[in-house]
Amino acid sequence: MSTPPLLRVVEREALVYARLWRGLAFSTFVQPALYLAAMGIGLGGMVSAHSGRVDGLAYLDFVAPGLLVASAMQLAASESMWPVLGGAKWMRQFHGVVATPIGPGELFGGFVLWTALRSMLGAAAFLLVAALLGAVPSAWGILAVLAAGLCAAAFCAPITAFSISQDSDLSFPLIMRLGVLPLFLFSGTFFPVSQLPSGLRPFAVLSPLWHGVELGRAATTGRFDFAAVVVHVAVLVACIGVGATFGVRAFARRLSA
Amino acid sequence: MTSTLRILPFLRPRHRPWRLVERNILAYRRIWYIFLSGFVEPLFFLLSIGIGVGKLVGDLDVGGHLVPYRTFVAPGLLAIAAMNGSLLDTTFNFFVKMKYAHTYDGVLATPLSPRDVATGEITWALLRGAAYSAAFLFTMLAFGDLRSGWSLLALPGAVLIGFGFAGIGLAATTFMRSFVDFDYVNMAMIPLFLFSATFFPLVRYPAGLQAVVRFTPLYQGVVLERSLVIGDLHPTLLLHAAYLAAMGLIGLRVAARRIGLLLQP
Amino acid sequence: MNGPMIEARALTKRFGPFVAVDGIDFRIEPGEAFGFLGPNGAGKTSTMRMIGCVSPRSGGVLRVLGLDPTDDGPEIRARVGVVPQEDNLDTELTVWDNLMIYGRYFDLPRREIRERATELLEFVQLSDRRSSRVDPLSGGMKRRLTIARSLINRPELLLLDEPTTGLDPQARHLLWDRLYRLKRSGVTLVLTTHYMDEAEQLCDRLVIMDNAQIVAEGSPRQLIVDNVTREVVEVRLAIDADPAAEVAKLKRFGDRVEALADRVLVYTDDGDATAGEVASDGFDAASVLVRRASLEDVFLILTGRTLED
Repeated sequence: MSTPPLLRVVEREALVYARLWRGLAFSTFVQPALYLAAMGIGLGGMVSAHSGRVDGLAYLDFVAPGLLVASAMQLAASESMWPVLGGAKWMRQFHGVVATPIGPGELFGGFVLWTALRSMLGAAAFLLVAALLGAVPSAWGILAVLAAGLCAAAFCAPITAFSISQDSDLSFPLIMRLGVLPLFLFSGTFFPVSQLPSGLRPFAVLSPLWHGVELGRAATTGRFDFAAVVVHVAVLVACIGVGATFGVRAFARRLSA
Repeated sequence: MTSTLRILPFLRPRHRPWRLVERNILAYRRIWYIFLSGFVEPLFFLLSIGIGVGKLVGDLDVGGHLVPYRTFVAPGLLAIAAMNGSLLDTTFNFFVKMKYAHTYDGVLATPLSPRDVATGEITWALLRGAAYSAAFLFTMLAFGDLRSGWSLLALPGAVLIGFGFAGIGLAATTFMRSFVDFDYVNMAMIPLFLFSATFFPLVRYPAGLQAVVRFTPLYQGVVLERSLVIGDLHPTLLLHAAYLAAMGLIGLRVAARRIGLLLQP
Repeated sequence: MNGPMIEARALTKRFGPFVAVDGIDFRIEPGEAFGFLGPNGAGKTSTMRMIGCVSPRSGGVLRVLGLDPTDDGPEIRARVGVVPQEDNLDTELTVWDNLMIYGRYFDLPRREIRERATELLEFVQLSDRRSSRVDPLSGGMKRRLTIARSLINRPELLLLDEPTTGLDPQARHLLWDRLYRLKRSGVTLVLTTHYMDEAEQLCDRLVIMDNAQIVAEGSPRQLIVDNVTREVVEVRLAIDADPAAEVAKLKRFGDRVEALADRVLVYTDDGDATAGEVASDGFDAASVLVRRASLEDVFLILTGRTLED
């Protein structure tokens, strides 16, 4: 029985990943612990002293799912830029892949799936660290890993579609600074969006990250509203759908030309 | 005096390291928007952490002054921006030019020396950092976060922080073999970013950790900037400044030597 | 300038235990076109880098423009142009800006650089690409831009490390033409190459390097006269032939024979006559070809190896 092409793409990426374990061990396990300790406990201590609870949650419990999903998103975003252009232009290994029976659409799908899986792996580690620090009050918390994977794919698909059509990496730092960073800072990660000036609040709702963070927070705290969950999932799936539509076409254009 | 002039090329505009600065200005002239985008990064942090999270934290006591959290965190963000900016130019950007683009092989075939390259790149990093820091200081001024006349020294302070990290960054980069080694830069930067009394005061750290934090490089910069803008001056600030200056000077020396060894074997 | 452009005595370069250049002597006069010919790894590039003052020598004496690279590196580099083996153009800059900033590295006034850059782009036929980025240029164009860049400071001495390696024939001929014009204008050219035809085209005088040492020196013509017969008969062997046995059979036809993988070279002063003898002897060859002896043959005879393996 033969492995589906999509999974063979995943297998290739996993092989590369396995060779870089040292830096990854740090970014996967140590980094979440550091962020949670600094933001959740250090800063959280000051928040508790002044405001008590945030949205009815201890600040550590509030910020942990936010950081969990936001770091999955950041990883997915940067993985969808430089490595994609690298595969198409600098190292050209994508051209090597489509020279086999694997098609450009499958390569795109495999790449997004792999990025989501990798983000989920990171999210699982994050969740473990958070649970050890007492930041995951509910057993539903395990679902936060899915929320992170969904959110990662929702960023990966459209950004990958964009990156594959680029000729240089000049736009990437702009996307990081003007797109990813403000989303990271203002999507209900560090403070509730209800605190944003009223004029800006609607924009937070447009942020896919906000939907991801809300899903993650619903999972780790076990407090959720079914209708809201459906909306959050729908928005993220829509992002993936739009990204995939453009992505499959863009991959074919770039790699089969 | 001459040795000071050799270290601070900005005082001698005809000096050779300025050619590297000119080169970078030429390179950025076509991608000015990337240069401009650097201005917004610390601003986003100020709005999110300073104002958003600040609302949850309230006021706190800094050296006897009760100030809003925003006023407390802003000088920390200034120091972080100075560190990040100069590390980006002297680690990643420098590595690409040295190992992949071979830019410096061309440069060293002219009268310029490895030392000129090291000094030139550091000067560029500092000028760029100074531009961003100045803009951020104006934002702080607009928010009323500059509480003292000593704030005038906050810009030179930021340049000094940039110098310290530029020197050490450049020196470290000459030891890197591939992009995988940049993991080490991250492993150093993230703990510094989070645990240099940037986001919460030193007293909130466990006692053992406090002692460690006191010796970390970014902490020197954070204390320096915070004391200057709040007006909480004490003689130990000179020690913090000396720490950063030493870091920069040693880094510059090591980097110049290593660039010579690598590119002129 | 009085005295030689470059003078080396017992010049040596070591990298750890590895000896890249092993005590070589040479002297290059002003206005000469001088070549270092040899296979990869012979020590040509190391020698060039020492002349260009970007690699300190490990031993011996080296004077460039009458100065010592150890003490006067920047002064020497200010008067030398360098075309390195691999183009190291500044890929973040345009064609024009590459020339501008390079002129600035030499501390030339901007006005002067602008005039010079316009002339040079004309000279290397890149005027229409002045606002282009470096990336999209072809290999030949990049090479020409590198040459233009190396001339921005009006060098008295131009160092070219394998100037045409990797270029197509058309691009090579254009480059040779430009280098020839430079030589006529009085610039001293020093180049390395492993192409015989390039050395014969460009060099007044050359040295052949092998295993870190100089094995022969002279003008291309003189090297051939001194070391080889006038002509060479190339006997291409049948596919199943045993070269060693064939060499033994062919020995009597020429002054000297050399066996290569697929053919045997017979050195002789009258090629046609020798070819005729080989044929009338009933020798079983796939083909027989007569040509003039070249520097390639000099190298083969002196070292027992071909240049490009």
